[in-house]
Amino acid sequence: MSKTQNAPGGVRSKTVVDYLNDENVRAILYQIIAIGLVILAGWYLVSNTLENLERQNISTGYSFLDLEASFEISESMIDYTAQSNYASALMVGLLNTVKVSLLGIILCTLIGTIFGIARLSSNWIVRKLATVYVETFRNIPVLLQLFFWYALIPNAFPHPRDAIEPLPGVLLTSRGIYLPVPVADNAYTLMGIAAIIAFIAIFFINRWARKRQDATGQPFPMAMVGIGIFVGLVFIAYLAGGAPTEMDIPALKGFNIRGGYNISPEFMAVLIGLTVYTSTYVAEVVRSGIQAVPNGQWEAADSLGIKRSVALRKVILPQSMRVAIPPLTNQYLNLTKNSSLAVAVGYPDLVSVSNTTMNQTGQAIEAISIFMSIYLGLSLLTSLFMNWFNKKMALVER
Amino acid sequence: MVETAKLPPRPTGTFSARAITWSKNNLFDGWLNSALTLGAIALLVWLVPPLFNWAVVNATLAPTIEGCAEVTGACWGFVNANLRLILFGTYPFEEQWRPLLAMIVLMGIICFSLGGVKYPSFRKAIIPTWVIGVPIIAILMWGGMLGLTYVQNSYWGGLPLTLILSAIGIIFAFPFGLLLALGRQSNMPAIRTLSVVYIEVIRGVPLITVLFMASVMFPLFLPDGVTIDKLLRAQIGIILFTAAYLAEVFRGGLQAVPRGQFEAGDSLGLSYWQSMRLIILPQALRLVIPPTVNSFISMLKDTTLVVIIGLFDFLGTVKLALRSDPAWTKYYVEGYAFASAIFFLICFSMAKYSAYLEKELRKGEQR
Repeated sequence: MSKTQNAPGGVRSKTVVDYLNDENVRAILYQIIAIGLVILAGWYLVSNTLENLERQNISTGYSFLDLEASFEISESMIDYTAQSNYASALMVGLLNTVKVSLLGIILCTLIGTIFGIARLSSNWIVRKLATVYVETFRNIPVLLQLFFWYALIPNAFPHPRDAIEPLPGVLLTSRGIYLPVPVADNAYTLMGIAAIIAFIAIFFINRWARKRQDATGQPFPMAMVGIGIFVGLVFIAYLAGGAPTEMDIPALKGFNIRGGYNISPEFMAVLIGLTVYTSTYVAEVVRSGIQAVPNGQWEAADSLGIKRSVALRKVILPQSMRVAIPPLTNQYLNLTKNSSLAVAVGYPDLVSVSNTTMNQTGQAIEAISIFMSIYLGLSLLTSLFMNWFNKKMALVER
Repeated sequence: MVETAKLPPRPTGTFSARAITWSKNNLFDGWLNSALTLGAIALLVWLVPPLFNWAVVNATLAPTIEGCAEVTGACWGFVNANLRLILFGTYPFEEQWRPLLAMIVLMGIICFSLGGVKYPSFRKAIIPTWVIGVPIIAILMWGGMLGLTYVQNSYWGGLPLTLILSAIGIIFAFPFGLLLALGRQSNMPAIRTLSVVYIEVIRGVPLITVLFMASVMFPLFLPDGVTIDKLLRAQIGIILFTAAYLAEVFRGGLQAVPRGQFEAGDSLGLSYWQSMRLIILPQALRLVIPPTVNSFISMLKDTTLVVIIGLFDFLGTVKLALRSDPAWTKYYVEGYAFASAIFFLICFSMAKYSAYLEKELRKGEQR
């Protein structure tokens, strides 16, 4: 703080020392130094990198994305061959990452919620079993669990020659599970459109039902009506499309199984490993969420004559959701990020495909920058969505 | 308050009568609970005896492939035969007492630190212990002086490597994370932005991408002729990654210190660093001891990822042992079970201790 103004004995002009002692001047100085250091370090690293790249004859830039990838990817949700370019290879990887993460998030929420509630059960043996599950699987590194499942699954099932057929058309083999799928037909497109229409209709009916219940207190059997609309519309679309019945049934041809939909051991290992590991964390989140709701809420619902199952659904869970959403978001993000461990068991996720790209083209910086920014984007999207959801669930105060 | 709810009848009488009352209240209270109990018992009967038979009754410790072929149960002989490879990796065989000793010293320091944080008088001794301990570990592992032969760190492996990577990771990430947390709380916009960007970017990407960056891009960053080896690159990656997470832990602690404490520091005329060192940090850091221990646990579990960039940590050496002889390969369940058991023991005990610490350190605030 400068004490120069109107000092007793006359006005003294500010000296350099006075300026340096001024808090605001100092703050600006510190910031200039900090930014300068960061820029200097960045410039040093970039210039070294450029020099090194020049020496190794590696051109920079993203033009390699248009080149032919010339490597096969074992599973893909879009059309991909070795003749496709690197950009579509990376797209395949991204879609595989999204697929395993989304399924993992849904499954770990279901399993985690069951175990979280089980840990609060009044039943001693159920409580203890849930505790053993949670404590065991959260204290073993997730990569070790992935390796374990990846070693176990191919060994647990027989060679495709002697595939187990628990249901007609479903084959369990060391190369994964094979499921029969319907042969593509226009009817399925029609059914998809019907499903979307059903969702829109349900959304509006739900809004109307809520308004009516708020105004008149009359409840509306939304669950039954919703299921009815959905099933009915989709079934009508199926009939309208000509009710196709042709199925693509997997069968042994030569040394391998052809046809059907294949769930690979790599995918199963990643999905099971991530789900089991993350579900233990979700269980803890759910448990603390429920415990955070004061007991008085149960008693209040009791004294209003609300059934216990309804009280759990309408009184307790909405309040515990409020506590649970932020930590749950973190767990979903962790699961998405941990899906990158798929590279260790050979599931072609984003990191695995980028790694192959990197080894083939030598474009390390570009490949790393691509998957880093995609993960950042995914993280950002998830947290934006969860923030929106959180705001929707938050307590509305006057 | 008057207790009006009906309490369950207090168990009385003989042991068996008490046991019956207890199971009535805890296991067979209502039809749903009875069904759950029976289901759980059925699950246990289905799961536990076969597992016990496999792991104990029909198992063998014989450290030969022939011995394992004879039994139907677990082949602990795989672990028995490869124990030193699993524990110490490719460290020279006659010198393996050195990583063993280093590991004991490191565990000693960790236990001392964890035990010491409970008592304010011991807390002062923690930093000096690390300052003395880390060079001792370095001398033991590297050698090249005091009559110890030099061992390149590309030969390091196994459990000591896992412990060293995570312990050194957290020790060096600690000051860096603290600076980032202070930066994030700072009034200076440029410094705050730099800290926020660093923390959020690192927390937004998986550890494996940071490790890839460390192993592939670090060599490009350095001027011609300067190289750093793989282990050090991985260690730097781990430190950079952990710092961002620790920064968020510290931020939680800083935010929990009441505003008045900052103002008190200002009104005493203390400078920023003085008031941080003397007033704010002692309070904030005490609050973040348990979450820091939890960060250490996740660090320990995450160091297994260095397998992917080709280092042989504890998980890596288990895989190495499985591959050492094609005949061993099928005993992966035993190998992974052994590794899981060790990780579980370390992580579980630390997690329990962290929960205990949390309660213990809050005692002062409870009435």
